[in-house]
Amino acid sequence: MSHIDTLIPPQPAPPAIAQPITLSRVAGMVFLFLWFLLFGGMLLMMHSNWDWEKFAKYGPRYISGLEVTLGLVAASILGGAILSFPLAFARMSKNSILSGIAYVYVYLFRGTPLLAQVFLIYYGLGSFRPQLEAIGLWWFFKDAWNCAFFSFALNTAAYQAEILRGAIESVPRGQREAAASLGINTRISFWKIIMPQALIVALRPYGNEIILMVKASAIVAIVTVYDLMGETKYAFSRTFDYQTYLWAAIFYLVIVEILRNLWNVLEARLTRHLKR
Amino acid sequence: MNDLLSALGHAIDPFCGPVGVFTLFAGSGLLSCGDTGWGDEIASGVFVTASLAIVTLPVGLLLGFLVALGKRSEDAYARAAANIYTTIFRGLPELLTLFIVYYGLQILIQATLSALGFDERIEINAFFAGMIALSVVFSAYCSEVLLSAFQAIPRGQYEAGAALGIRPGKTMVLVVIPQLIRIALPGLGNLWMSLLKDTALVSVVGLNDILRETGVAAKSTKEAFLFYGIACLLFLILAIISSVFFSRIEVWARRSEAAR
Repeated sequence: MSHIDTLIPPQPAPPAIAQPITLSRVAGMVFLFLWFLLFGGMLLMMHSNWDWEKFAKYGPRYISGLEVTLGLVAASILGGAILSFPLAFARMSKNSILSGIAYVYVYLFRGTPLLAQVFLIYYGLGSFRPQLEAIGLWWFFKDAWNCAFFSFALNTAAYQAEILRGAIESVPRGQREAAASLGINTRISFWKIIMPQALIVALRPYGNEIILMVKASAIVAIVTVYDLMGETKYAFSRTFDYQTYLWAAIFYLVIVEILRNLWNVLEARLTRHLKR
Repeated sequence: MNDLLSALGHAIDPFCGPVGVFTLFAGSGLLSCGDTGWGDEIASGVFVTASLAIVTLPVGLLLGFLVALGKRSEDAYARAAANIYTTIFRGLPELLTLFIVYYGLQILIQATLSALGFDERIEINAFFAGMIALSVVFSAYCSEVLLSAFQAIPRGQYEAGAALGIRPGKTMVLVVIPQLIRIALPGLGNLWMSLLKDTALVSVVGLNDILRETGVAAKSTKEAFLFYGIACLLFLILAIISSVFFSRIEVWARRSEAAR
């Protein structure tokens, strides 16, 4: 019988293995350095060109532009959401004429640039001024904000209808059949069983759509709406100061990052019962 | 030889050639080709839009591939640099990216030139600026698509390559990329569609693309609805052509799977 009567004394930690200098490491460092240079240069430019007078003059305009952007996006997302329900149901309908019309609508709005749609509505409907005045809608279409809202809502309705349809169709058939076999009527089974599951699937695409809309809303500056981009263009045309665009970039990046993180939190919260 | 080529180009021109849509249906109206109508201007706009998108694609793909490599690198520095890139260019509106590139490049070149002693006013080419801005945006999205495609390729593929004594670079080209293309194709198809639509933005900095040509026509004829409607229709036709093209590429890329 033998037993241990001495413990091995504590040893020093083994020496760290030298990190080999690989190509990706060098490239990563070089690019990080380039980013650093770029941001440093931008900060330097902002600092050296800083002018309190400009800040006092254009700062409030940026804030009002931000409000216009957020208001426009919120309004068009809501308008699009309302429009997207009948569209999605038409698309899923067994009636081939109805689903054909919905398909053509979705294809038209997803296949053409939003800028062209805004132009078509803002400038194009101007050709029909007498007719629009006759039916009393001219007051709506003569304003650039309204036209932008109208075209954005129509556009996002097409995208949201596809999101909704995909989500509803992703719920397994068995859920509907189980509800039917329990004697739950279709309306209740749709709202209480199908929709809650579908909306969780749709959560991520909806978030992406909102972010895309925030970014796409910058184009309304071209049709003379003073949103964040419009105010930026205004400030640039007055001052010829490049940092006006950098400020807009910071605003947009912050909005998008906030939305993205908000959506991550929302998703983690709403899908916590699905985690295993 | 050049005459022959241009004659051939005219013969198969889908807009203003002998069997072109504008020649056949527009008659001598607003859309006719030549000095009286806008047909030939619009046709050149279609050409500019299509060539801008086609030129942007390879640059964007290459950049996107490099960024995707950076994102899946084991090195923290490379990952950080690539993540900054995608965060910025996926977060900025495309229009703002375009302005930043357009004016930023101008300032950069101007500053470099004046440091070297030249004092000339530089006007940057709208096509070039548009190409840079669009390929930067495209590559940021492309890197995400490629990254998720990379994750779909099992480790065993790399290990098998190493076991056969193929160098890592060759494994990438011969084993991984062919599978990567197949997995990433649907995502890349969507990106191509949005690239095609984003080219419309370059009209804002003065490139004579579809939207600008139709816009000029709309302003001088006061037929805005007609001309912007045509612009939408042309973009739609480009989208339809590319979706047909992409579905054929997908069939081609999946030809090895079909046999099983």
